[in-house]
Amino acid sequence: MKAPAIRNWFSKQEIDASSAMGGPDIEAAALRSDRFRLEREGDWKRLEGILKRMEGGRLRGLPDADVLALPVLYRTAASSLAVARETSLDNDTLAYLESLVQRAWFQVYGPRQGFFGWLRGFLGGGLSRSVRGIWLDICIALAAMIAGTISGWLLVSRDQEWYYRLVPTQFMDTRVPGATREVLLETLAVENKTAGLSTFAASLFSNNAGVSILAFALGFAFGVPSLMLLVHNMAVLGAMWWLFSDAGLSWEFAAWLSVHGTTEIFGILLAGAAGIHIGRSMAFPGHRSIMAAAAQSGRRAAQVMVGVVFMMIIAAFLEAFPRQLVGTAERFVIGMTMLALWLGYFFAFGRRPADDPT
Amino acid sequence: MSRAGTSPYQVANEKRRRTVVTPEGIALPFVVGARSARAGALIMDFMIISVTMVVVTLSLMWMFGGLLEGSDSLGGAGEFLIIFYILFIFLARYGYFLAFEMGPRGATPGKRMVGIRVAARDGGRLTAEAVIARNLLRDIEIFLPLVFLFTAPSGEGGPASIAALLWFLVFMLFAFFNRDAMRAGDLVAGTWVVEAPRKTLAAALSSAGAASNGSSDVTGAEYKFGDDELAVYGEYELQTLERVLRDGKPEAINAVAETICRKIGWNPGAGDERAFLESFYGQLRARLEVGMRFGKRKANKFS
Repeated sequence: MKAPAIRNWFSKQEIDASSAMGGPDIEAAALRSDRFRLEREGDWKRLEGILKRMEGGRLRGLPDADVLALPVLYRTAASSLAVARETSLDNDTLAYLESLVQRAWFQVYGPRQGFFGWLRGFLGGGLSRSVRGIWLDICIALAAMIAGTISGWLLVSRDQEWYYRLVPTQFMDTRVPGATREVLLETLAVENKTAGLSTFAASLFSNNAGVSILAFALGFAFGVPSLMLLVHNMAVLGAMWWLFSDAGLSWEFAAWLSVHGTTEIFGILLAGAAGIHIGRSMAFPGHRSIMAAAAQSGRRAAQVMVGVVFMMIIAAFLEAFPRQLVGTAERFVIGMTMLALWLGYFFAFGRRPADDPT
Repeated sequence: MSRAGTSPYQVANEKRRRTVVTPEGIALPFVVGARSARAGALIMDFMIISVTMVVVTLSLMWMFGGLLEGSDSLGGAGEFLIIFYILFIFLARYGYFLAFEMGPRGATPGKRMVGIRVAARDGGRLTAEAVIARNLLRDIEIFLPLVFLFTAPSGEGGPASIAALLWFLVFMLFAFFNRDAMRAGDLVAGTWVVEAPRKTLAAALSSAGAASNGSSDVTGAEYKFGDDELAVYGEYELQTLERVLRDGKPEAINAVAETICRKIGWNPGAGDERAFLESFYGQLRARLEVGMRFGKRKANKFS
């Protein structure tokens, strides 16, 4: 701060000196509202010190006495604010108290559990409850996906040109209509080396998780774009299925797909359902306000989405390693086991009546 | 609020002030974060992310170059680097906002720089689910509109991509269509972004100097104002005077002292303006606060 010479003539130093001498000189204050403030200043400063430590994440070094005092100090500051609003015209003190009470409120009502506490609650039933909470949307999404698969199949079986429109074929891709059985079988073949597969897994995860987050985010527009995305993706699947079954490879294709597909497609199903859940509760909020309905369903859907990202990690590992390295029968066993595990986890686990956070 | 317009600071953001009632029944004032501040915070966050990305990419390339020199095939170490890089990009895109907003400050570094934070709209606690929900929607609010913004005007995608651009712009500009400046993500998560001021407590003005006893330390002159002299100003002028005294700029003090003298018809001479203003402040505030205790308030000089 600039301190021009003329200021030194005035009494600013004495204000600083009185606060430096330890306790504030309450008797010296001419105004009642300033005496009120000076009497309580110590508590406010103590609260501010505690808040500073909590905001910095240094909770460990905080003495027990301070932790116990926090709610009391918070209420003291809040009632000081209420009194000061009615009795004081000191704008600076009012602004300070408002910001102090606001900061204290954020800490007193801050998240009570750490990341690991949250994760335990999440994996130990929170996720399952959220998934069960959106069962109707899962049914809608499932119906859309089945419809998409069937329409993809039917479209391509009527007219093979549709295949090129639906499936994004790359230049060297051998999976095109008219390919021989041997060529198609080769694309389902077992790899015999592991090099490069983990990179493949990582990029698969990144890609799939991105797609499912998109499917979720699009649900905001009343769920319609989520449904369209689901239908389109499954039409691609239906078209490829037709291609392989046309060559008599239905069984092999299903096995090849099921290894990771039971996890990945289930994940996409849940992501789409989560998006539809938001869209549906905004379109039909019931007796709640639209804002409240959106917030409630958004929080539940967010839990499902974290689960979906976990599923995508697992799916990517399955896709990269077991799918490329084991034969048809093993592929089927792995895929069906995963499906059974997911169904059991989501719909049978954590059934005891617990406090639902959403 | 009943205090509307009592201080210049409050007038400026009166439109953005909201009151949330906490579970204890205390009405806490919040100021909704300005859209410009939020855009600035977002830009700063993206700069932090992209600088980190560039640094990580360059150092990984440098390490990669070292690996390739020794042999011509990619070993396990090279593969590890690629996986690390893919996961790093994913985390930078989705994890950055999540990790910071779940922390005790409820704000990313960009938000902290401009002094705003995320809060639950209903006055309850900000949960992890809410933070996840508000950040997952960033995809359709920022990334997709930007993609279309760069591709659609070229006309390659045809009318469909123009339509998609318009549709995504609705989400991108969502915050401009509601009073609380909520993004689509805020709406879905039940959150909003509010100002998080951190004020320090300044010294009490009436405990020392001319404000406490009405006499100057420099000249020893006594300043006593009559009722009709104090009656010309209200709370707005008092708080303006408070700011002038706290800022302590000599030019401002001289100008304000001159204005007040002209208004009340005094002629105290030059050189002792601060003591004059402090006494005037102390006595005006005492008068207005007495009125306040009896339920009589004077908002400004016109009332």
